Amino acid sequence: MFGIFDIYLLEALVNGVLLGGVFALLALGLNLVFGVIDVVWICYAELIMLGMYGMYFLYTGYEVPYLLAALISIGGVAVLGVVLHIAVIQPLLGTPPINQLLATGGVLFFLQSAATVMFGIDFRNLGIRLPVLEVADMFISYARLLAFGAALVGMVALYLFLARSYTGAAIRAIAQDRQIMPLMGVDSRRIYIITSAIGGALAGLAACLLVLQYDVQPFVGLTFGPITFLICVLGGLGNMIGGFVAAFLFAEIISVSGLYLDLEWGYVFAFGFFVVLMFFRPQGLLARRS
Amino acid sequence: MNNWVPWIAAAAALIGLPSVYHDPYPLHILVLVLIWSSIYTSWSMMGRFGLVSLGHGGFMGIGAYVTALLWNYLHVSPWIGIPLAMLAAAVAAVLIGYPCFRFRITGHYFALLTLALSAIVLQVITATRDFTGGSLGYTPERYNGGSSIFAVQFIGKETWYLVALGIWGVVLLIRYRVERSMLRYALEAIAEDEDAAAATGVHVTVEKLKITVLSATMTAFAGALYCQYQMFISPDTVSGIGVSLQMVFAAVVGGLYVPLGPTVGAAITILLTETLRISFGTAAVGWDNLVYGTLLVLFIIFLPQGLLGSVLAGLARRPARARWPRGKSYTGKTGGPST
Repeated sequence: MFGIFDIYLLEALVNGVLLGGVFALLALGLNLVFGVIDVVWICYAELIMLGMYGMYFLYTGYEVPYLLAALISIGGVAVLGVVLHIAVIQPLLGTPPINQLLATGGVLFFLQSAATVMFGIDFRNLGIRLPVLEVADMFISYARLLAFGAALVGMVALYLFLARSYTGAAIRAIAQDRQIMPLMGVDSRRIYIITSAIGGALAGLAACLLVLQYDVQPFVGLTFGPITFLICVLGGLGNMIGGFVAAFLFAEIISVSGLYLDLEWGYVFAFGFFVVLMFFRPQGLLARRS
Repeated sequence: MNNWVPWIAAAAALIGLPSVYHDPYPLHILVLVLIWSSIYTSWSMMGRFGLVSLGHGGFMGIGAYVTALLWNYLHVSPWIGIPLAMLAAAVAAVLIGYPCFRFRITGHYFALLTLALSAIVLQVITATRDFTGGSLGYTPERYNGGSSIFAVQFIGKETWYLVALGIWGVVLLIRYRVERSMLRYALEAIAEDEDAAAATGVHVTVEKLKITVLSATMTAFAGALYCQYQMFISPDTVSGIGVSLQMVFAAVVGGLYVPLGPTVGAAITILLTETLRISFGTAAVGWDNLVYGTLLVLFIIFLPQGLLGSVLAGLARRPARARWPRGKSYTGKTGGPST
């Protein structure tokens, strides 16, 4: 009955792949910021939350078309990323990295309660009902498919930027050696700000896609914040390909155990898998050997 | 011996307080401050050596939920349930701590790995909602009208005040003992340079595991008593990333490197919340965390030694006229000026 070609299992696997695309996108911005600046933005999911609010107010309040609203939100969260870097991270660059992590933890509290104070704790959504596709007896959420596609486009764009552009080369160089590159004439402050902007923009992109699937509320960051950190750690912090692999592993575990049990148990299994794997590869799946 | 007089007087005043003062609301606030102080102090025992754990929300959740579940389903008295919960927290601490320490995972990497523990505990509590009530919270059953030594349930705020004071005293005593043990020197050496410490014969993994297990069991203990006092727990108030960050916040604001720092941090946070709640009522929802978040960022940037830490360091720098016990420096690795 539970053969390999069982249609429900296949559906779960396909949905897992789609979910994996979203997870990979979530992990991408965090990994980029970590890899280049050596900082963990604990408040990353809260930036996404603000982006989702931006989408909500632009789309329902000012009736801006979806694509334009998405562009404005992405830009807005990118600016937030820069503000976060200049206001919080920059004064702490000389101190142990854990201080920067804790300071962004303070920002997490701040953003959550700022959203509570400003927007209240109501659940809001865009009111867009995307159809559910039926492909070969499988039901696939259109919103997830869209998110998967956009995530892939975002990742390819980031890859091309890092691999082909001059600034991208400088970012990769800084990530490899923070001490030497400033001596070679790279302005590390500028690179950090650009990286923070890209990290924020990726959070904004994730926000535009997640707002189609989740209701916005001030604590929505807690629903996908922890899993994003676990994906990054499992893949090896700062390792984008590792994060990619880990995102799909996690998504498949969640999706397939969600089929047989409950979606929440899917998360429990994914976390359990994480702990077990940490015993064997605590530096992450694709750790750089130094 | 003169140094002891003010301490004994302060202890006597604290113990004698409920026999002359009976106003339930201030006593309630004091009990909360004492219980949370115990939790924050337990956290700071690790954090002080650069082992910043975000998993203590998990340990506290284990302490509270294991005790309450054992009581409700198996009618195991908290006198047995709390030690079992502490044991469970110790096991969790070893599970998450051993791979981290064995493979030299430190700093922010360690913080994120321990964050996983908080997330797992929160997720398990929510997923097993048939037993734990999920995010709606959970209440231990009342026994004998809520007043029973067997069930560790007391009605009077005065009794709870003395219980909480006792716990707080024990926690401070443990911290005091650790400060004067070889463990402290070993951990300070490890915090400075792991390889050098290992080369001089410090067993890095074992020493770190010792303090982690100690800190985790104490957090679980205080978490279980928090549950016994409040008679209500929910996943968001005793576990998860929010509670973990709250511990960091209070310890950092009060002062990580001084024994009473986390207590000062607990007093500040709870008084702030209560003041906002009383003055603005429901309009104040969210404002307390808004202030906490801002303060946490400002303190880490400008005052990493915390309030009490900075005050004590300022006093210690004065000439001997300011009669303060000298010769002790609390400045740690992340502390302020060390000249």
